[in-house]
Amino acid sequence: MEQFKFDYPQAKRPVTKKAHVGVVGSGDMEILMEPSKNGAAQVTVLTSVNGFGASWRAVLDRFFTSYEGAVHVHINDAGATPGSVMLRLQQAVEVIEK
Amino acid sequence: MSAQPGIRGKAWFQALTGSNRALDGDPGSLLTADAKLGEETARFICVIPDPKARFPCVRKGEVGLEEAYGLARRVREAIALGASEKKRPIVALVDVKSQAYGRREETAAIFLAAATAAGAYAAARMQGHPIIALVVGQAISGGFLTHGYQANRILAFDDHDVVIHAMHKEAAARITLRSVEELERLGHEIMPMSYDVQDYARLGMLHRLLHVQDPDSPSPTTVAQVQTELIDAVADARAGARDLSSRRSSDGARQMRKAGLLARARMEREWNEP
Amino acid sequence: MNDTNFIPPSVLRRSFIELQARARAQSLLDAGTDRELVGPFERMESPWLPAQGIAPQSDDGCVVLKGTISAKPVVVVALEGAFQAGSMGEVSGAKMTAALDLAARDSANGTNTAAVLLLETGGVRLQEANLGLAAIAEVIASVLELRQYAPVITVIAGTVGCFGGMALVAGVSSYVLMTREARLGLNGAEVIEQESGIEEFDSSDRALIWAINGGEQRVGMGVADELVDDDAQRIAASVRRYVEAGLPRMHRSDQVDLYRQRIAALDVSKQFDPVMLRDSWSNTRKKGGAA
Repeated sequence: MEQFKFDYPQAKRPVTKKAHVGVVGSGDMEILMEPSKNGAAQVTVLTSVNGFGASWRAVLDRFFTSYEGAVHVHINDAGATPGSVMLRLQQAVEVIEK
Repeated sequence: MSAQPGIRGKAWFQALTGSNRALDGDPGSLLTADAKLGEETARFICVIPDPKARFPCVRKGEVGLEEAYGLARRVREAIALGASEKKRPIVALVDVKSQAYGRREETAAIFLAAATAAGAYAAARMQGHPIIALVVGQAISGGFLTHGYQANRILAFDDHDVVIHAMHKEAAARITLRSVEELERLGHEIMPMSYDVQDYARLGMLHRLLHVQDPDSPSPTTVAQVQTELIDAVADARAGARDLSSRRSSDGARQMRKAGLLARARMEREWNEP
Repeated sequence: MNDTNFIPPSVLRRSFIELQARARAQSLLDAGTDRELVGPFERMESPWLPAQGIAPQSDDGCVVLKGTISAKPVVVVALEGAFQAGSMGEVSGAKMTAALDLAARDSANGTNTAAVLLLETGGVRLQEANLGLAAIAEVIASVLELRQYAPVITVIAGTVGCFGGMALVAGVSSYVLMTREARLGLNGAEVIEQESGIEEFDSSDRALIWAINGGEQRVGMGVADELVDDDAQRIAASVRRYVEAGLPRMHRSDQVDLYRQRIAALDVSKQFDPVMLRDSWSNTRKKGGAA
């Protein structure tokens, strides 16, 4: 079991909506995305698969290079692939930015 | 499990009622008797192994189709008697290996049989009969849901052969691909997974954990002790609600079921629109 | 007729089975009336799973939506089969019990509130063992309380089905709806094979599993009320009918004498033929049940 926290202070654009996507099935994950309380974005991850800290950072860094919403994101993960993670993040954004 | 399920059940049924026979029309695995408990008459019910049972998968003390529908009938009979007289307590003596694991049982919808028995106990409780479960041995999974878990008050002996759980150690070990020792260790860290009845007591659903000298073959003193506890539990049940809320308001629940209690509190707060 | 505009119904059909719990629940309620209680953003998660290296889910796999069906107040409780096989833990059990109790309270106070339970569940969550089992006992009690006033409608769609202690919840429900894909039973085939041997039940025999536990069989033998297509709109329409129908004349789990007699009449010298059981039990069907 591992927990991570990543901050993205450059993501400062206010958002108003919430999004919840995914289910914590085997090889899957859920994302809870909502307006941040401190004006910038941060991500917390709880994962049952250890040793992928660098992968998480890489995917999230890539995501936040093109997204500047001030979102608080929490992820409960049971082994989703980096590709799935990016897909879920994009699905969440679609709901937030609708 | 060291003890054969049902042996203690039979011994305690005999000790508390003076009977060891099934009533006419009931399977040999279902013992029912009306006997004195303090000043009043109570109905005592117990499921025991019957090697001559019609259904092969119940011969070691499992709760099967005949047992479950038989339970429902004897409980509803007590309800019918309660229409015209004081609502007698119903004491479920629990020492059941599990539900029956058989193809015949599944085909003939044992889930409904179990539901019917649980429903009968609940109906009796909801109509004001004090339902007391006395766990003298094993109370596992579907067997306990069917016979005992709808009680107002649950009592259990503080003893190594008393096991209240969702699945037998051996079966749980097989399913989770762990050894029995690993499971036992896990039970020390995760209290709801423990096989120790003292840990079960800490979860807050038990009314009382009873220390008895000789649970396998009780002396008259021990029987009197247990009768006193049953009488107390009956009075406590009569003084309380007819639902299962007492399991949530105990000290144990406040300690060990915090998340569930909080979820419930939130649900109550959010139920009506703001 | 303008064929270019015609879209066959099969194309419009939306699979209920493919929907996650939340979407299933939403699809049953009158449009726009659904409101989630103790939802995922409240993070009421299992306190027991992370300690065992298992990722929790924000709603503990139980979705509670309050709303209306045919303008009548209803609460829908949906178990997420994709999370820990929809198993009952401390929190998911508490949510389901509380929802039923609140519906019963409203009903007792004059606002009849039915419950629809979407049971996609293997039963007790073994990682929470005694708290899961206790929760199921409490859910059973709460269903029995509510069904004095308003119907409790269980829908089992698949792919997990409804097994273990939760099958008793189906058993005490006012009505049970099943798809062909769905299964309902106390013990799954694997558990029976494990406990009683492969001759008793070969769990690799899928045809046998559905012949015994499948929706068509359960409805055919009268222990479930309606076989429904895997179609969200059709299932919603069926649920609506049962909400509108109200309580059955007699609940199935109250019919003790009928079932005692049926069991006594069985020839146990060999395994029962599921199809023959359908015939004999529908021939001795007692009056009662859904209108």
